[in-house]
Amino acid sequence: MKYWIGAALVVIAAFAAALSGMNEYFFYAAYIVLTFVVLSTAWNILGGYAGYVNFGTGAFFGLGSYSAVVLFKALEAPLFVQILAGAAIGAALGFGVGIMTLRLRGIFFAIATVAILFIMETFMVNWRYVGGATGLQLLRPEVMAPFDSYTRMLFVVMALLAVVAVSIARYIQVSWIGRGLRAIRDSEEAAECSGVPTLKLKLFACVVSGALMGAAGAPMPMYLSFIEPASSFSLNWGVSALAMPMIGGTGHWIGPVIGALLLGSIQQIVTVTISNEINVLVVGVLLVLFVVLAPDGIVGLFRKWTRRSSR
Amino acid sequence: MDAPLLQIKQVSKHFGGFTALSGVSLDIARGERFGLIGPNGSGKTTLINCISGSLRNDAGSIRFENSEISGLAAYQRTRRGIARSFQIPRPFHTMSVLENLLVPSAYVVHLREAEAEAKAMEILSSIGLAGKAGVLASQLSQVELRKLELARAMAARPRLLISDEAMAGLAGAEVDEVLEILFDLNEKGIAIIMIEHIMQAVMRFSQRVVCLDAGRIICEGTPTEIVGNPEVQKAYLGA
Repeated sequence: MKYWIGAALVVIAAFAAALSGMNEYFFYAAYIVLTFVVLSTAWNILGGYAGYVNFGTGAFFGLGSYSAVVLFKALEAPLFVQILAGAAIGAALGFGVGIMTLRLRGIFFAIATVAILFIMETFMVNWRYVGGATGLQLLRPEVMAPFDSYTRMLFVVMALLAVVAVSIARYIQVSWIGRGLRAIRDSEEAAECSGVPTLKLKLFACVVSGALMGAAGAPMPMYLSFIEPASSFSLNWGVSALAMPMIGGTGHWIGPVIGALLLGSIQQIVTVTISNEINVLVVGVLLVLFVVLAPDGIVGLFRKWTRRSSR
Repeated sequence: MDAPLLQIKQVSKHFGGFTALSGVSLDIARGERFGLIGPNGSGKTTLINCISGSLRNDAGSIRFENSEISGLAAYQRTRRGIARSFQIPRPFHTMSVLENLLVPSAYVVHLREAEAEAKAMEILSSIGLAGKAGVLASQLSQVELRKLELARAMAARPRLLISDEAMAGLAGAEVDEVLEILFDLNEKGIAIIMIEHIMQAVMRFSQRVVCLDAGRIICEGTPTEIVGNPEVQKAYLGA
């Protein structure tokens, strides 16, 4: 109950902010931070709960973007339809990748996901309809009623998407599905012998995770008014989507949210004050620090601290 | 008499050119205490992996309660009533002891949370782990881990329990403790296949023993018959 009040408050606050006179740049930056909330939450469903590390977030994200562009170019589909299509294509990719690779464990699965990323990029580079390697300029349609700028509208859409993603991740975590996924992470063989249908559950996690990543990618072309393969399928999406839950804490749904808000905001600030290139360095350094000093992330640190103070 | 609980017929398993099991046939009756022995590499673990579904047999049939199970995934066999413990304990180490038991409760028995917890506590107290219910599995001692393996298998409410060297590496008094647990479980009507290198334990526990060597059954009988069998002595001590 508390959670749903919180979720409703977040949505209302996003709406109120978008309708207020706040500086346009805030929404421009916050949109990216919220995208990271969705991506890292989605990553965590498979990577955090089940322990299957996916480096190919960019493949799902980029494919979501391209699905939206194709629908927009061919049918002028509205944003809502684009997002649904992104989610559907992301889910389908998740299913396909899952069927092919989820029998692989540990590092082999991770390598396979990187391969998928490069396959996707190569495919789009060679597809003329969506602009090939040079990309495609897009004209945004008219903004919808209560909003007076497209960026503000996208900000609210992404806030909604973030709430949906986090709610799904939270449901999975507290339900029997989450317990099964944790069992898989701890010992796949023991899980199977305890009655957990491991392949089905992993596939489910991969599909949900892929759908959310695809959905997160769908509004991106409209946000940039542009699409091109190199940045859509960048490995950086995958690195961030992995680093943020690691830093926040992978065991709890709040972990990726904290990680994404923290790291995403730092990245935005660094981009403006120092340079765009330092971005990746910040992610890398923080990730190394956390892996070495606080392997359970901020959530883990918090738990340790509350346990100590309760004694 | 009823049909046997588990019927294994002409089961074979190859790993590349290596024959791990060749034509093994074996019946286990309801509620039987069965011992499986054999030197290292004789195929004991391969056989129970084929029964529990961690491996698929290449040839032969495995029937449990009169239906063929050799095509089923491991989780389906657990749901049918075959549970196992692992030689090297594989606890869900990020979960508490109690939560470890809730996994099979949720996936096999489909109990509600409150009911599942009550049942799990019952199992834990019966094997002397109740005091550790809230402790993380990663903080348990060796004996406790062995007990947890058995407790988790129990939570799946099996009719056949396969205990894969549940006592290896334990001290004398600890062996007795685990043996006591297995006797208790058997009294509740659960058939138990015990794989063990500790001979006194197998001999005390089993009603019937089979000895495997190089993937074949070389001898079957009561514990005393097995000990006196020249083939068994040869397999263990060499010619």
